[in-house]
Amino acid sequence: MEETTKLIHKYLRHDKKFPHVWCPGCGIGIILGSLIRAIDRTGYSKDEIVLVSGIGCTGRLPVYVDFNTLHTTHGRALTFATGVKLAKPTLKVIVVMGDGDAVAIGGNHFIHAARRNIDLTAIIVNNSVYGMTGGQYSPTTPYGMKSATTVYSNVEHAFSISELAVTAGAIFVGRGTVYHAKLLDNLMEKAFAKVGFSVVEVISHCHTQYGRINRLGSAVEMMEWQRDHAVPVEKAASMKEEELQGKFKTGVLVDRDLPAYQEEYERVRRWAKGTEKT
Amino acid sequence: MKKKEPKELLLQGNEAIVEGALRAGCRFFAGYPITPATEISEILSIKLPQVDGTFIQMEDEIASLGAVIGASLVGVKSMTATSGPGFSLMQENLGYAVITEIPCVVVNAMRGGPSTGLPTSPAQSDVMQARWGTHGDHPAIALCPSTIRECYDLTIRAFNFSEKYRTPVILLVDEVVAHMREKIALSMNEEVEIFNRIKPTVPPEWYIPYEDNPRGVPAMANFGDGYRYHVTGLTHDVRGFPTSRPDEIDPFIRRLFRKISQNFIDLQIGEFFETDDADITVIAYGCVARSAKRTVLDARERALKVGLLKLNTLWPFMRTQVEKVLRSSRAVIVPEMNMGQISREVKRVNKGSTKVFTVNKVDGTIITPQEIMDKIKEVY
Repeated sequence: MEETTKLIHKYLRHDKKFPHVWCPGCGIGIILGSLIRAIDRTGYSKDEIVLVSGIGCTGRLPVYVDFNTLHTTHGRALTFATGVKLAKPTLKVIVVMGDGDAVAIGGNHFIHAARRNIDLTAIIVNNSVYGMTGGQYSPTTPYGMKSATTVYSNVEHAFSISELAVTAGAIFVGRGTVYHAKLLDNLMEKAFAKVGFSVVEVISHCHTQYGRINRLGSAVEMMEWQRDHAVPVEKAASMKEEELQGKFKTGVLVDRDLPAYQEEYERVRRWAKGTEKT
Repeated sequence: MKKKEPKELLLQGNEAIVEGALRAGCRFFAGYPITPATEISEILSIKLPQVDGTFIQMEDEIASLGAVIGASLVGVKSMTATSGPGFSLMQENLGYAVITEIPCVVVNAMRGGPSTGLPTSPAQSDVMQARWGTHGDHPAIALCPSTIRECYDLTIRAFNFSEKYRTPVILLVDEVVAHMREKIALSMNEEVEIFNRIKPTVPPEWYIPYEDNPRGVPAMANFGDGYRYHVTGLTHDVRGFPTSRPDEIDPFIRRLFRKISQNFIDLQIGEFFETDDADITVIAYGCVARSAKRTVLDARERALKVGLLKLNTLWPFMRTQVEKVLRSSRAVIVPEMNMGQISREVKRVNKGSTKVFTVNKVDGTIITPQEIMDKIKEVY
């Protein structure tokens, strides 16, 4: 507890008016806790961290923490982060987005930031719904579920954010849940240590909107669902396809090395100046 | 061998814009290919890495302006270039740059529209979009060159204005000027006024990022320089935190307008040509101002008293200068390659002092000196 208090004093903004905007029981608070603990372990100073977000419940996260914080337009957080990182590569850039922000309106920016291997970490809070606007379905709302705009039933199929990230070229992809906070700390710490595009997908819950309309219970019950449906990737390796039906893998899904964009671009500069031949 | 100074070059408008940008200190460019602005991207992809700058081709124009704003926030002068369809996509983040007061330059090489329109033909149809394109109430600065020299000079001034007033500045160049070639003498020894954003002088703990001052332009700290603060597209208080308090919103929005409106004189660039004794004055900008100048010379040869007010600043509108010719001329003619965008403004400030005629052309070709002359003869 004493440790936590120290971190709160160190990283939360003292001049920001609390209370925060999130509903009681929201998963974002736990995710913010993991983020702060993981950043603290990286050894970066607060001046070196740039925390970028888009629009939505998750978009409100940076305002509470004492970094260089940038709350951008809906879906565009990664584009602003790309500019920040390339113009000043010494900064550590972390981007937090929701599922609608990252893979609906921002889907194109997401796959291209991954493809370019821009050196930043994207933390995506996936609660399967647009929470702030009142619970409309998102690209990660499962088939057959209800939302404010699929009151009959959702007939669209959901994206897997992590699989999308792997295919698009992210060098590190981890998936955790709000329930498994320790795992989340570790995934974020590992992601921050990578040089290149890293992704941490966090399975979260929106009991206020998604949970209510689908009768999934309280925040606690929805977190218990996370506990019961998460399968560590190591365990999943020895499981049959049928056994994994309806479950999701957690842990490190991909960890590979590839020179980050800014390193590649240094070569472009040397070619342009003629100090190295193409 | 010593290089000749000044260097005489035969440059295209887009090339002169690149030279101006580099001279102004631009070191970051993000863009998406689009005719007729692509030369700017192509040349900067070669030149920026030579000077430790960064060029990146983004996935679309929305991303391009996002990256430009991000780069500017860490202190690097940044620019993007596009044409109508891309300019439409940029409106979202243009508003973001306005409300967060992050300097940047957006070049729009205007082509015919609406939609995909006429990719390789000229138009001047984005004048109103430059003013009102992004949602919400906001001021705007837009400059418009009509010569290659002006492409160079106005690009530098666009950067200066953006840094001085912490706002995006739009350079509206039309396809004719963007692709036309003229001789231009450039010298690195030439004195050029370069303005850099004012940084805070107080220690970080005293820094109030959006605090008002007589200029209406708060000092801007770069991200990463030790001044940790919050930047948001939400309406914010002086500390940068979101607010919904009327007593904080009102002074903020009014300051955004005030910082531009109290500096109208500084922002107005134009030229009076043979207007002192003119019976008829032509008000023109961009490539049409070139035709209009020819018309004035031809008219004077025929002893017709015709003058030209050339507008280089389109926004904020050059009301004082326009009012002057409205008062002194029997008639004013506004030729432009749209259905009447600047002429609306001219009529707005006219208030019955004189007659205002328009020449509108929307067929993808330039307005010729003869077409302006025909109108002069008609109304003289």
